[in-house]
Amino acid sequence: MKKWLHSWRLLSLFSVMALLLAGCGKPFLSTLQPAGEVADKQYSLMLLSTAIMVLVVIVVTIIFVYVVIRFRQRKGQENKIPKQVEGNHKLEITWTVIPIILLIILAVPTVKAAFDLADVKPMNKEKRDKDTLVVNVRANLYWWEFEYPDYGVITSQDLVVPTNERVYFNVKASDVKHSFWIPAVGGKIDANNDNKNQFWLEFDQKDAEKANGIFYGKCAELCGPSHALMDFKVKAVPREEFNQWIEKMKNAKPVVTDPVAKQGEAIFNKSCIGCHAVTPVDKRPEQARTAPNLGNFGDRERIAGVLEHNEENLKKWLKDPESVKPGNKMTGTYGQLTDEQIDALAKYLMSLKVE
Amino acid sequence: MHVEEKLTAETFPAEPERATLEGKNKFLGFWFFLGGETVLFASLFATFIALRDKTAGGPTSEELFQMPVVFVATMLLLTSSLTSVYAIHHMKNFDFKKMQLWFGITVLLGLAFLGLEIFEFYEYVHEGLKYSTSAFSSAFYTLVGLHGSHVAFGLSWILTLMIRNAKRGLNLYNAPKFYLASLYWHFIDVVWVFIFTVVYLMGMVG
Amino acid sequence: MSTAARKKSLIWDYLTTVDHKKIAILYLIAGGLFFLIGGLEALLMRIQLMKPNNDFLNGDLFNQVMTMHGTTMIFFAATPLLFALMNAVVPLQIGARDVAFPFLNALGFWLFFFGGVFLNCSWFLGGAPDAGWTSYASLSLESPGHGIDFYLLGLQISGFGTLISGINFLVTIVTMRAPGMTFMRMPMFTWTTFVASALILFAFPPLTVGLLLLMLDRLFGANFFDPALGGNTIIYEHLFWIFGHPEVYILVLPAFGIFSEVIATFSRKRLFGYSSMVFAVVLIGFLGFMVWAHHMFTVGLGPVANAIFAVATMTIAVPTGIKIFNWLFTMWGGNIRFTTPMLYAVSFIPSFVMGGVTGVMLASAPADYQYHDTYFVVAHFHYVIVGGVVFALLAGTHYWWPKMFGKMLNEALGKITFVLFFVGFHLTFFIQHFLGLMGMPRRVFTFLPNQGLDTGNLVSTIGAFFMTAGVIILLINVVISSISGKKAEADAWGVGRTLEWAVSSPAPEYNFAQIPLVRGLDAYWLEKMEGKKGLTPAEPLGDIHMPNPSVLPFVISLGLFVSAFGFLYHNDYSWGLPVAILGLVITFGSMFLRSIIDDYGFHIHKDEIIEAEKKGVKA
Repeated sequence: MKKWLHSWRLLSLFSVMALLLAGCGKPFLSTLQPAGEVADKQYSLMLLSTAIMVLVVIVVTIIFVYVVIRFRQRKGQENKIPKQVEGNHKLEITWTVIPIILLIILAVPTVKAAFDLADVKPMNKEKRDKDTLVVNVRANLYWWEFEYPDYGVITSQDLVVPTNERVYFNVKASDVKHSFWIPAVGGKIDANNDNKNQFWLEFDQKDAEKANGIFYGKCAELCGPSHALMDFKVKAVPREEFNQWIEKMKNAKPVVTDPVAKQGEAIFNKSCIGCHAVTPVDKRPEQARTAPNLGNFGDRERIAGVLEHNEENLKKWLKDPESVKPGNKMTGTYGQLTDEQIDALAKYLMSLKVE
Repeated sequence: MHVEEKLTAETFPAEPERATLEGKNKFLGFWFFLGGETVLFASLFATFIALRDKTAGGPTSEELFQMPVVFVATMLLLTSSLTSVYAIHHMKNFDFKKMQLWFGITVLLGLAFLGLEIFEFYEYVHEGLKYSTSAFSSAFYTLVGLHGSHVAFGLSWILTLMIRNAKRGLNLYNAPKFYLASLYWHFIDVVWVFIFTVVYLMGMVG
Repeated sequence: MSTAARKKSLIWDYLTTVDHKKIAILYLIAGGLFFLIGGLEALLMRIQLMKPNNDFLNGDLFNQVMTMHGTTMIFFAATPLLFALMNAVVPLQIGARDVAFPFLNALGFWLFFFGGVFLNCSWFLGGAPDAGWTSYASLSLESPGHGIDFYLLGLQISGFGTLISGINFLVTIVTMRAPGMTFMRMPMFTWTTFVASALILFAFPPLTVGLLLLMLDRLFGANFFDPALGGNTIIYEHLFWIFGHPEVYILVLPAFGIFSEVIATFSRKRLFGYSSMVFAVVLIGFLGFMVWAHHMFTVGLGPVANAIFAVATMTIAVPTGIKIFNWLFTMWGGNIRFTTPMLYAVSFIPSFVMGGVTGVMLASAPADYQYHDTYFVVAHFHYVIVGGVVFALLAGTHYWWPKMFGKMLNEALGKITFVLFFVGFHLTFFIQHFLGLMGMPRRVFTFLPNQGLDTGNLVSTIGAFFMTAGVIILLINVVISSISGKKAEADAWGVGRTLEWAVSSPAPEYNFAQIPLVRGLDAYWLEKMEGKKGLTPAEPLGDIHMPNPSVLPFVISLGLFVSAFGFLYHNDYSWGLPVAILGLVITFGSMFLRSIIDDYGFHIHKDEIIEAEKKGVKA
């Protein structure tokens, strides 16, 4: 595709556009600053289609401006009756054929990319290479679970992936439809509640560095009151770092030394453990996993997906989740906690780290 | 020709349903309506086909369907379509009495069909296929039931026409009405042929 | 019966009318009202999204407003306002005295009206629907309260109305054309009405089924969309979009028709490439049914389906392009007068081209994985619906206002409205393309700071206020016109081409004293060019047969309205089921009455017509 673009006459227009568009948005969020193979492919399709379309708009606008100025009614012509023209076959054929050609130019790479992006053969379980990373994504009201089936590790809200390789995803929803989208890295795929969707993404190391190692992920399908707040984060790290992380996750267990945190642990075990697990290795079936896994909660990027990650915000969230995320499923499930209990709980949760 | 004209067998036009502008409009409009109805049933058929083996542990079509009953019902409805053709034939010949007779037979056959269908549903419910048992059960009752409600509507339509016009005979005002009612009846019949094939025959093959 | 004997109070007159011109006014008022409600909802959303983390409309309330905005605008504003213009104009354009089924015409209106009222009752009865105008199955099943049920039943009722109106126009255009008015001499607006009506006929039944299944699931325990019992939610998406995509063309084709009329009229030229315009409309209508899955590229249908639907979608650009160039070349060499309707028509061309090209961009499936469900899509369809349909409605309303009401709208105010609306429109929606590309999903009630989305959203909100100001000026214009507007001539703009401009403004009850003989495209223009004052009659002057007014359409619709409340609450209260049955009895009882009471209509006598025509000429 790239080679083909070079020979394209609109290259100059392309580069101008690319420059203009690259100024738009943030490197961790914008589709206009693609950070991986999938996003690149999509971006070049976007550029190609935009170029063709800008061409069309320019042609129409030129004719339009000319016509509107040249043939406007002038003083003294109020009663002039212009020649009644029926049509012109040559012209009509021209503006039928040219669009067809333009569309073919767009259609060919479109079809090719559609098949490329759907190539998930390497994730086939029987033939799977041992280094091929597969992540099961499960979307819930309003949080994300990421399971690494080959390693038996589960985390939520923060997806951790190795850079510069294809990562394969199984995507589904446990309640209503959601849609899994990391704008800077590639297009979205719906999380349905009646089937599993598969696709792949690739995270570019250099672009990840530009985005400070963190990409923003969003839910892109209306799913209820807190649809707007169903964000997640993606930590893209080099493969080695990823391997180390997985190892730590496999063996992670809560180690509580601080006395206040110990108090928190007791409260947690009374009020929260029914839904939340605190070790990344959680053998329960997914129906039982009704709340985010908190195994590495202390390492998270955000509280509840949207608030900055600090104890203050954690307390705010624990005190009144409804004020942070309307319609969430945690509100009212653990009774009234005193400020002290919340302090202890926050301390405990923040201590759950693998890094 | 005007709708209010008094006619005799000699002056009665060959196509009374389309002899007036009103009649022509109704004729065409009703055909369009049937086009829309076709899409409606097509959507329901597509839904049914997608869900027909989603029994969620409930009874399946092979276990349930009683082909003899369904076959008799089918024959009744097909025959009723034929009798309504006779009725329209007599309408065109300005023979009001015979038309009424054949429409009467049509109604009786239709009622028998409806009775069998109610009996059939009753049986299935007792064998454990409730409306909310599975996606299959919902799709089955909705598709076949909607057809049944069409039958019921068609029957009351024809009956209303027969009773309303019993004393005054045919004219160009009511001829299109009779004609359309019979057209509707044929449509119901055609839908049933598809139900018989898609729901019952394919249901037995599995 | 004479005309004098039938004088009744104004309200009773409109409740029982079967006259297409009065029904047009009803559609205009009701549709206009819903347009204002939908517009207000839009403004509320834009206020909420003015700045990050705003708390003006939170969570579910925002979702309700968002859902109602979309639903109201599509089903209860755009569609009825188009019906208003179709009713007002199409029978006149084809030289007919009325539509084929005046009774059904009234029924269609009242069904739409009660459906809309029913839906909006939800605001006062526990909350509006909150699952978006698409109301996708999994979310809409999950939604608590009765909001979704109001949506389902309200749309079902109004959907019947729309279907009935569609059939009515189809038949009207086939059978009621004046002598000589062949298909290829029909004005473009009539043509587009014809094709749009055909689309209604085939597109609404899938919606009916989709809504029916969802209602059965929610209220009667069915399992069409419950995966646990074998249901499948994707079915709903298919059914919805098999309707939803043609719906876009149901709205935009008549809009094309309006622009074709306006552009030809004020360029004083016949439409360039008339036959290719007709061909393009029919082709767009046909292709409109082949592309629905492009709304579902990210659902996971697989690369084969996505590729096929991507290419199919792109082909629609070809006939649309033909139309754009034909409009441009209609103006080419013309004598363009920039009246208010013409300003909308002219500015529509670049605005709509923007919406069209982003449509082609969206058709490219792999790229759509990025655009889908973002503000890019929001921008795209507002460019199409506002830049196309709303501009057309504004153009058409200004253009045919004198024909409907007999008075001109004020041109100066009209132009102010235009400028405000045009600027506001582009200000609101152009930036949204970029918001989407920068990572903003659609249907979000808020966004966080520091994601590069702040400025764009602020600009967009400012634009919304401009549009609001434009609409307010339009309302002032309507009031001023009704008090002191200039009386309109028959040929109100002086350059009319089609038959409606040959009869007085507003048209007499019977439209044409004598049905005209049509001798070519732009029939009235042809007569004028030959120096004739009026049309060539195709029949001698005589008594005119008219249909009787009837209150039954109102009652039938009222019955369904009552019944819908019963069904809605039948699981909650014991009075639910009886009320539902009562409503159905009212409806079917009225239908029964309609069936058994003979209705031959009445005649207006020749003398009365001569009298009325004299008066019309004098005034």
